[in-house]
Amino acid sequence: MDHQTLPGILLLLPLTTALVILLFHGALKKVAHLVSTMVAVVMFGCAVSLLGADNSEVIHPLYSFLKIGNWQADIGFLVDQQCRGMLFIVTFVGMLVHIYSLGYMKEDESKARYFGALSLFMFSMNGIVLADNLIMMFLFWELVGLSSYLLIGHWFKKPEACNAANKAFITNRIGDFGFMTGILILFGMNFGDVSLLGLKDSVASGPLHYVVQQGPWIITLACIGLFLGAVGKSAQAPLHVWLPDAMEGPTPVSALIHAATMVAAGVYMLVRVNFLLVHSHDAQTIIAWIGGITALMAALMATQQNDIKKVLAYSTLSQLGYMVMAVGLAAPDESMFHLYTHAFFKALLFLGAGAVIYSCHHEQNIWKMGGLRRALPVTFVTFAIGTAALMGVPGTSGFFSKEGILAVAYGHSKFLFVIGLFTAFLTAFYMTRLVIVVFNGKPRSKDASHAHEAPFVMLLPLLLLAVPSLVSGYGLLSGPLQAMVPHAEHEGGQIVMICSIVVLLAGFLTGSRLYTNKEKDPLNIPLFANKFYIDEIYAWIIKYGQDRVAWIVNAIEKIFVDGLLVLFPSSLAAGLGNLMRRVQTGSLQGYTFVLGLGIIAVVYVMLFATAKH
Amino acid sequence: MSPLEIIILLPLLAVLAIWVGAPARLTGVVASILNLGIVVGLIYQYQTHHLADGKMAFLHGYTVLTNPHIQFAVGADGLSLTLALLTSLVTLAAVWSTVDKDRIYYISSLLIATGAYGAFLCTDIFFLYAFHELALIPTFLMIALHGHGENKNAAWRITIYLGIGSLILLAGLLGVVWYCSPDKSHLTFDLLELLKHPLKADAPYAQFAPANFFILLLGFGTLVSLFPFHSWAAPAYASAPTPVAMLHAGVLKKFGLYGLIRIALPLLPNAVNVPWIQNALLLMLLGNILVMGLVTLHQRRLDDLLANSSVMHMGYIFLGIASGNALGLNGAVLLMFAHGISIALLFMLCGRLRNQLGTLEFEKLGGIAGNAPFLSFIFGMAAFASIGLPGLANFAGELLVFLSTFQSFRWQEGFSMLQITTILSLWGVVISAVYMLRAYRKIFFGQPNSGLFISDPLLSQRVPMFLLAAVLLVVGVYPASLLNIIQVSLSVK
Repeated sequence: MDHQTLPGILLLLPLTTALVILLFHGALKKVAHLVSTMVAVVMFGCAVSLLGADNSEVIHPLYSFLKIGNWQADIGFLVDQQCRGMLFIVTFVGMLVHIYSLGYMKEDESKARYFGALSLFMFSMNGIVLADNLIMMFLFWELVGLSSYLLIGHWFKKPEACNAANKAFITNRIGDFGFMTGILILFGMNFGDVSLLGLKDSVASGPLHYVVQQGPWIITLACIGLFLGAVGKSAQAPLHVWLPDAMEGPTPVSALIHAATMVAAGVYMLVRVNFLLVHSHDAQTIIAWIGGITALMAALMATQQNDIKKVLAYSTLSQLGYMVMAVGLAAPDESMFHLYTHAFFKALLFLGAGAVIYSCHHEQNIWKMGGLRRALPVTFVTFAIGTAALMGVPGTSGFFSKEGILAVAYGHSKFLFVIGLFTAFLTAFYMTRLVIVVFNGKPRSKDASHAHEAPFVMLLPLLLLAVPSLVSGYGLLSGPLQAMVPHAEHEGGQIVMICSIVVLLAGFLTGSRLYTNKEKDPLNIPLFANKFYIDEIYAWIIKYGQDRVAWIVNAIEKIFVDGLLVLFPSSLAAGLGNLMRRVQTGSLQGYTFVLGLGIIAVVYVMLFATAKH
Repeated sequence: MSPLEIIILLPLLAVLAIWVGAPARLTGVVASILNLGIVVGLIYQYQTHHLADGKMAFLHGYTVLTNPHIQFAVGADGLSLTLALLTSLVTLAAVWSTVDKDRIYYISSLLIATGAYGAFLCTDIFFLYAFHELALIPTFLMIALHGHGENKNAAWRITIYLGIGSLILLAGLLGVVWYCSPDKSHLTFDLLELLKHPLKADAPYAQFAPANFFILLLGFGTLVSLFPFHSWAAPAYASAPTPVAMLHAGVLKKFGLYGLIRIALPLLPNAVNVPWIQNALLLMLLGNILVMGLVTLHQRRLDDLLANSSVMHMGYIFLGIASGNALGLNGAVLLMFAHGISIALLFMLCGRLRNQLGTLEFEKLGGIAGNAPFLSFIFGMAAFASIGLPGLANFAGELLVFLSTFQSFRWQEGFSMLQITTILSLWGVVISAVYMLRAYRKIFFGQPNSGLFISDPLLSQRVPMFLLAAVLLVVGVYPASLLNIIQVSLSVK
């Protein structure tokens, strides 16, 4: 099959599945999950058969979404190496999460709706990855937002879940405001062409080439706009607040959407438009710093979380910060490499956490676990592998990819390098804390002491993810996945490697010293535990900046626009009303009279005109 | 006889039949289905035979007066057919979803439909104006007689506002008739004739074009609730009986926009680009989007929220008109269609909630999704359509409108007023997400409030919901299908 059919299948198959299931989930209760899972397996097959060493950049249009005169916006595919690699990740993790969900969501009464939304997500995510132009990317960008909303709010009776769903969608819309502005600016400057290849050519030798030389400020503005979109989707500071709350959704969703794939879409988009970013030094600096700050801040917050999923959520933020920082440091390949390895080990960690939560009867507080190593041997081993990769233990995939980013930072900005290094220390620290508190020591609750291993459908994905978590850094499949695994040598490579091994050991030792055999957290840092009070600040801003302003505007509208502008008409009304009362015709005719006023006037003018003639 | 005349007459005949005793709902539904069929057939025919030249088709007329020349003349192109399609869809949904009501409900719906068809399909300025007025009468009466809450007040207000708006509009229309009639001693109301003599910059009296345009803008604008002449709209929609709210907000209100695009823009070309008019329009539409957006945010009842949001969304359509190029006008028309369908669907569902629950206050609602999954699904679809989610019709229209304003972007000169307005309007997209999601969450999610009994509609009642939702989806996924016939009818450079 050629490169138009396969991507077409990757879009249409999950879309059909999603629509049918969401519309008729009442009737399809018994089969929906199986159909959805089968479709996920087929999609993985498609993605694998798309892999290949061919490195051509050709657009395969599917149909014209909008077409006006000579201008059109297509639904089309740009199937290059980045796209194929990303499809591989998305469909691989997607397939495993579908399989895992068969176990995890077995007892859920709305299982069908859940799998329908998962298929909708696969559709939208594939769309982003395949998109050959920014408009199509934006379209699917918002649709992943919708599926994320649906899945976070899956348990819609829980108020926290609903609030988290709203928060995620609205925060993303703030980012999309920027994304759209960026698209509009590029649309205007490049005479209506916002296809990725068109923009690339234009920057090289077209209208944008001239702009780049003459007016870098507008390129910077466009880049910042696009970046704002990525800030929303990849949950970078200051729009990171939705991601931790999104953990209210079912855990497999957290693994797929809020760790491995959707949140990486922001990074993917930045990498896709990197040819533009390189022409704005200011934008790159901003991107690098936002990434660095997010990496550090999130890691600090992760050290004081007590919910197993929250720790992982902050760790995701922190790792996404690394990727964004790498993009800002003009190293898109390193960024994609980390995206690639991170997808495996973070999905593994989340699914492992899900297995733990499942075994402990939906207990998520790590201080009510403990000693699970013996009860859950498979989960423990795979979780430990994921942890090792996340911490960057030499030999695991995370080691290579994190190494690449730190080396780039070392070459560009020592300050960001130190931030990255300190974040690596914190990562080692909080992951050691997590593993020790959850799996070591004695059970600290009844649920923990009665825990038993999850069913095989849930363990299988863990095992399948553990393999790439270990080996995906070695450039196996490096032909077909060459876009994912770079081979660049970095300056100061050895210093960087030594530094990172040192901080890894330091973090591990501090963590294990502090947390071995503890009943409760020996550290208490309210600033970190309360996430720097950013949520509280935002709540205040929303209350006073938005709701109060809305209240005031509403009052002004009521008093002035309503009052003053109505003054004249309403006195007229009162006058007419009196008139009607006097002639005692009742209000019915009164209405008819006023309404017919226009007609009467026309007739009058007509007669008048005719009479004159 | 032109098929267009049949379209206009059919609802009127149905009204007569109901009046003499035919079963009201059945007659209404049959007439609406027939009309939908005819409209779809005509669109198909237009697409196959008339797409090349984009001219008016199905022309027919009877002269009523020779001087001034007034005739009952009909004709349609892609623009009017699109709005006729909107009318037929919403009418069918409105009549179908009205169950167990006094026959006055069906009669008024059909009369409004007649007026709307007439307004969109007549090619004579006198008649298209008169048909719109005709449609307003049942609207006012139904709000006054069968409305909810402070309906008397609302009815008065809409009557007076739209009455005055119509008078201003009439003045503006007489103005263009006078300026564009080639022979001043022999005025003509024939739009097709007038369109041959637009008031171009080099024509005599061209200096009056901006003022005339502004009067038309105020007149048509008041009918479309252009800020600050909008305060009739929200109370009227909130208190109107459901089918009337559907038909007025969904269909009839679009007459003002249709008039601007069909009459004001082509007869007074360039007037919209005169700086003071452009700036005034941009300021007013920003009022719609930002001020009304914030006002909508403040609402505590579903009907108030939908009514205000409908006022807000008019701003985006005006933005398309303000940009005035092909993308903008196509986007505006697409958005008119999409908004009509989505708001009609929302008002239909809102009416159902009101009937079953007896209240629409957010504080008293909650957790409906558990008992009525279908209802929440369809409501969610309409709500997401109205806040511009891709894949549903409104997004395509909004996107075109936004893009159109940047088509003339000259980066060396910085952002123009138009582009700044667009960027500010983009913030409205965030605001609408906030109020819609909050409302959706409060009504459908959470624990069910005690004492709320609601169930999913029966299969037969799902038909109009499916119909409108399917249209939103099809046009949303493949907007080019509708744009195909719209674009040939818009005479822009």
